[in-house]
Amino acid sequence: MTVETAVSRPLSIAEVRRSIESGSSKASELAAAAYEQIHARDPQIHAYLSLNPERALEQARRIDDLAAKGGPLPPLAGVPVGIKDVLTIEGLPATAGSKILEGYTAPYTATSVRKLEEAGAIILGKINCDEFAMGSSNENSAYGPVHNPHALDRVPGGSSGGSAAAVAAGMAVATLGTDTGGSIRQPASFCGVVGVLPTYGRVSRYGLIAFASSLDRVGPFASNVRDAAITLGVIAGHDPMDATSSPRPVPDYTADLDKGVAGLKLGVPAEYFAEGLDAEVRAAVEKTIEQLRASGAEIKPISLPHTRYAIPTYYVIATAEASANLARFDGVRYGFRAKDANTLSAMYRRSRDLGFGPEVKRRIMLGTYALSAGYYDAYYKKAQQVRRLLTDDFLKAFAEVDAILTPTAPTPAFKLGEKTDDPVSMYLADIYTVTASLAGICGVSVPCGKSGEGLPIGLQILGKHFHEAMTLRVAQAVESLQGEQ
Amino acid sequence: MLPQARPLPNPDSRLSSAAKIKLSMATTASVPPEILAKYEAVIGLEVHVQLLTATKAFCGCANQFGAPPNTNVCPVCLGLPGALPVLNEKAVEYATLASLALNCQVRDRSIFARKNYFYPDLPKGYQISQYDKPLAEHGWIEVPTPAGTKRIGITRLHMEEDAGKSLHDGFPDSATRTYVDLNRCGTPLIEIVSEPDIRTPDEAYEYLTRLKEILLFTGVSDCNMEEGSLRCDANVSVRLRGAEKFGTKAEVKNVNSFRFIRAALEYEIERQIEIIESGGRVVQESRLWNANEGRTYSMRSKEQAHDYRYFPEPDLPPLVLTARLKEEVVKLMPELPEARRKRMIAEYEITEQDAQTLTATRSLADQFESAARAAKNPKRVANLVQSELTSRLKARCLELEQSPITMKGIAFAADLAEEGKLSSKQLKQLFDSAFESGEDFPAVYEREKPQQITDPAAIEKMIDEVIAANPKQVEQYRGGKKTVAAFFVGQVMKLSKGQANPALLNELVTKKLDG
Ligand SMILES: [Zn+2]
Repeated sequence: MTVETAVSRPLSIAEVRRSIESGSSKASELAAAAYEQIHARDPQIHAYLSLNPERALEQARRIDDLAAKGGPLPPLAGVPVGIKDVLTIEGLPATAGSKILEGYTAPYTATSVRKLEEAGAIILGKINCDEFAMGSSNENSAYGPVHNPHALDRVPGGSSGGSAAAVAAGMAVATLGTDTGGSIRQPASFCGVVGVLPTYGRVSRYGLIAFASSLDRVGPFASNVRDAAITLGVIAGHDPMDATSSPRPVPDYTADLDKGVAGLKLGVPAEYFAEGLDAEVRAAVEKTIEQLRASGAEIKPISLPHTRYAIPTYYVIATAEASANLARFDGVRYGFRAKDANTLSAMYRRSRDLGFGPEVKRRIMLGTYALSAGYYDAYYKKAQQVRRLLTDDFLKAFAEVDAILTPTAPTPAFKLGEKTDDPVSMYLADIYTVTASLAGICGVSVPCGKSGEGLPIGLQILGKHFHEAMTLRVAQAVESLQGEQ
Repeated sequence: MLPQARPLPNPDSRLSSAAKIKLSMATTASVPPEILAKYEAVIGLEVHVQLLTATKAFCGCANQFGAPPNTNVCPVCLGLPGALPVLNEKAVEYATLASLALNCQVRDRSIFARKNYFYPDLPKGYQISQYDKPLAEHGWIEVPTPAGTKRIGITRLHMEEDAGKSLHDGFPDSATRTYVDLNRCGTPLIEIVSEPDIRTPDEAYEYLTRLKEILLFTGVSDCNMEEGSLRCDANVSVRLRGAEKFGTKAEVKNVNSFRFIRAALEYEIERQIEIIESGGRVVQESRLWNANEGRTYSMRSKEQAHDYRYFPEPDLPPLVLTARLKEEVVKLMPELPEARRKRMIAEYEITEQDAQTLTATRSLADQFESAARAAKNPKRVANLVQSELTSRLKARCLELEQSPITMKGIAFAADLAEEGKLSSKQLKQLFDSAFESGEDFPAVYEREKPQQITDPAAIEKMIDEVIAANPKQVEQYRGGKKTVAAFFVGQVMKLSKGQANPALLNELVTKKLDG
């Protein structure tokens, strides 16, 4: 069987650094090479929505000047990166994958992106995603779907499908994505790259076009665990512009990476290995768990009893918040405004009807309903109570284990168009990821094998609040095991 | 780079200004007093007050009235994609101060909520407000009524952000377009909701007056109704006297002047009584007060059906009042107007009326008290305010703040009088001069330097003259009627054209008459 692929491993951050420091490559040459790769591969993949080569080459030249002077290079000096188009950058488009923001130019830069730039990263362009980060396949982008580099007829996952695909196709060393219910971890799993869900509050949300404010996180994608850890270290930290960001100091996420898993207690929740889990995914995950046991980890069966309520809970809370967050897209101040409206209410209705895609409208309606008088207690309030229970499940589990291992997604990447007519089956693609989103804890998806068709399979490693270093350490061990195969 | 102002299409009914609203009922005829007397009104007031913080509630923009449209704005208050609110601690401090001054119980932990509705001057599509866990509850204000002091309950005081302004008039294409100015967007507000304890328009007026006075004293707002920093909506219903149940209420919006609060409420109460008397039913609705026409109009909007879908604001953590902040607030708490008046009446022996005048603002009361305390005889300062200043201000229709003579100037005059360096006639003349030239008292005094006769021989000569001319009065005095001395003092003062040193004159008159 032949499947068209476009996989290509990008340079690592360390390789970029070595080549710039040694003078074997200039940052501007690396940036130019990254654009060449994009021009060669992206017509098939469609990961990028907009490119900004002039700005990128200007940034690269500054790194080259610094290197020429022998000055100390910042941690991501010359590293070509892509940014999911829900994060704003001053002077660049910010579409959120939606027609309603077509032509909108952001007047300020998101804190996470600013931190990347200050660390010397070269911003190549803005990356495709599901409209307002709502989706699990990247098919909800108003600008067309992204194709999975491992199999071009398959989805890359969503909503940060473009960010995962860009790394998998060697079109960026690292990318930023966002995760509200699995939008970093699931595409990482589908595209065979590393994706990090930082603890809620660890990375500033300032400049992230909100989907669901209490769930949205910004996190990195990279081709390997170390690069993901380095990138996370750059973007993490308190931001006075985000009242929900944590003042905790940011540790060196690479410090413990190579400590291995010997002596660690790793929990395996029965609820994540039940009906609906693809046999090949189960086999790959279970095999990895056995390898970790062989490496000295203590594997403990655990229970997260409220898991089965996670999907409805998530969809009530996320859509409720979304219904308010997306109210600002009304055609009054920026973005798309319907031309044929003669009254204010017609302007609102027409602009939003034509500007939003069907999944966004579905979620706005669901969320509006959940918050309505007479339904609030039954839906939103109840969902908040269940959210508390789900969080307590994790807190109890983390009293006994250092990290929790689950499949990232129930299946490998599915085919484009396969689930577009069935929103519920699409929502179930997030079944293993929404729990950590609701609980606010951190996690990583790391490749742990492939299906018979050569499709990547991801292992999800969950850690307690602000224990990113622990999840990355386990992820590094899993990555090392893959290398041995 | 900020988004360009974009005109909006023709406003629908919700956007219409009062003048454009079609009449929804005939003008109310006057209801006979005996009918009115059968009914009792039940009134609750909702007052929005802008806080005088330097910056807005959730961003760093200047909180300033009167800037060119859409200049005091940033991504946060414009509600641009990706922007997040961060709470201004000063606004919390001010709101807490107001809560305590209004005798409210302040929550240690209150919750911000989103109030969702679409409107062009509300850029996020929701207003950040507080809902089921407001900053403060269970307060009260005492107001004077004909039956004595009455306590009006305050249900709640919560924090929220102001919206922008829709401009329906003044543009060439205003007939078909509405413009939006977002400068006011994000201005910190407190909303103070009273219990339905108010029974008459007079009580409502008194409540608002006391509320404004207290807030002015705390300094959290300038309470300027013309500039919209204090805005009032009134919930009004009527019922037969003695009835237990409340009638159906109407909300009267836009009562934005102290001058109109009574008129608006009187109108609305009569309107409702007339409806009931003619067998109709009051409709629960929002009505807009039109000051030009002196009546309220139904807004006839779908407002009643509005579901604001409140839910906790996920971008802001719960507002926890720290012990440190509470300490700060307690330190900021001034002596409040009622307490201050009581003390001033006792301390300076002034009238209730003058105490009221002198506490019109905190700064005035401060000026008075610091001047009085620096003077040789504080009561004399109070006396001069009462006897010389207020009458002249009244004659010229001036407020105390507009007086040419400052409190310091009055203290200066009081000291001169106290030392006997000015006769009361000279004092009056200098007050008149100051009001004519607009100068303060010391400047006028320096210029006019009234002559004083301090030579005992010269004064004695004039006393002799007066004694010689008034033998009858001398007889009375010597017959034991000592108060006649004042007559001689007055006559000599007159003879000296008010220039005799009063202390010396008094002394010499007694000496001469006794001698
Ligand atoms: Zn602002």
